[in-house]
Amino acid sequence: MSVKHALLALLEKPRYGYELRAEFEQRTGASWPLNVGQVYTTLSRLERDGLVEAGGTDAEGRSLYQLTEAGKVEVKGWFDTPVERTQPQRDELAIKLAVAVAVPSVDVGKVVQQQRNATMQALQGYRRQSRSGAGDDLAGGLVLDRLIFAAEAEIRWLDHCESRLRRAASTSTAPEPTESAEGGAR
Amino acid sequence: MSEPVLRLTDVSRVHGTGAAEVHALRGVSLAAYAGELVAIMGPSGSGKSSLLTIAGGLDSPTSGSVTVDGQDLGAAGVSGRARLRRTSVGYVFQDFNLIPALTAAENVALPLELDGAGRRSARDAARKALEEVGLDGFADRFPDEMSGGQRQRIAIARAIVGERRLILADEPTGALDTETGEDILKLIRARCDAGAAGVLVTHEPRYASWADRVIYVRDGLVVDEAGETPGLSLVDEVEA
Repeated sequence: MSVKHALLALLEKPRYGYELRAEFEQRTGASWPLNVGQVYTTLSRLERDGLVEAGGTDAEGRSLYQLTEAGKVEVKGWFDTPVERTQPQRDELAIKLAVAVAVPSVDVGKVVQQQRNATMQALQGYRRQSRSGAGDDLAGGLVLDRLIFAAEAEIRWLDHCESRLRRAASTSTAPEPTESAEGGAR
Repeated sequence: MSEPVLRLTDVSRVHGTGAAEVHALRGVSLAAYAGELVAIMGPSGSGKSSLLTIAGGLDSPTSGSVTVDGQDLGAAGVSGRARLRRTSVGYVFQDFNLIPALTAAENVALPLELDGAGRRSARDAARKALEEVGLDGFADRFPDEMSGGQRQRIAIARAIVGERRLILADEPTGALDTETGEDILKLIRARCDAGAAGVLVTHEPRYASWADRVIYVRDGLVVDEAGETPGLSLVDEVEA
């Protein structure tokens, strides 16, 4: 994800590095922890690119960063543009299953089951977080919902893979040639 | 660990005979303990609903045994099973199964009245159960004056009235939108947290994730289990 743009957007009001990190983590429900080193590296790159500038110090003498005009344009552009989907991200799970189907010594069903268990446990973990109030704040709640929807989609897809694998296994052993022809056409 | 509220031991259910024989369940064993919610997942025709009807004594297994609260359903006989259904087991169905001519409170009070409770004490208990599911003020409404989510809340009130120890829910969110479905699961979960054992049949991972354990059923067999404390039910190998 674009940490750079998220941090830029949060600089709508001048902030110092630690504050920016805390704001990011609070907004995103602590789902993607950042270390403060990352925040300062990003800030100095943004400064180099003319998107942020030093904005004086606060009452305690901490150096503040603020958006430049170019930075404001950059933030607006980020919100105005949908997140790109044209290039699917490299998906290790999809690659693993595709390869598992091609490698005869691998029990694909087991790969599916193990993954489904792991994803279900993750989903149960998100559920516990939301039950314990982690999603009560609107921004954090939306992030948690996103994680729940994504885990749910993965489990549904794994269920679908499983039933396709079973159907493929049963049609390949079926005695009726018409049935296997039908199976092959699917 | 103490005795489970529900225990299925090597349960099989065969419908029909000869060429028309269908094995709905093939040797399923599982247990649900007080305070826990167990989800059963599987595609249509996997046997998950058969498992629930047998767990609640609505159907009997061809072989194997079912105990609810230590009582063997097979040995209980027809009237014993009926009594157990009225007193210990609460059902929640996808299509609510409410009686349209009765008000919300009358629907909820019905199992208690059938079991011989006085009219007034049954109504009081019903009002309390309706309050618990957030329907205070709706006691005198008829089901068709209420939304799907509210009707399912009545059904949950009916399932929990009279301190039932076992809640069996068959796709209780099937007719509801996501947010309303989540509210229904919250209620079932709260009842389990308060000490009931719950079994939830669903094909939706998001609702299954409310459970402590998730059991996968395929072709009448338990094939897998996910959760924090796996291994409480038997896991069979799937036959390819």
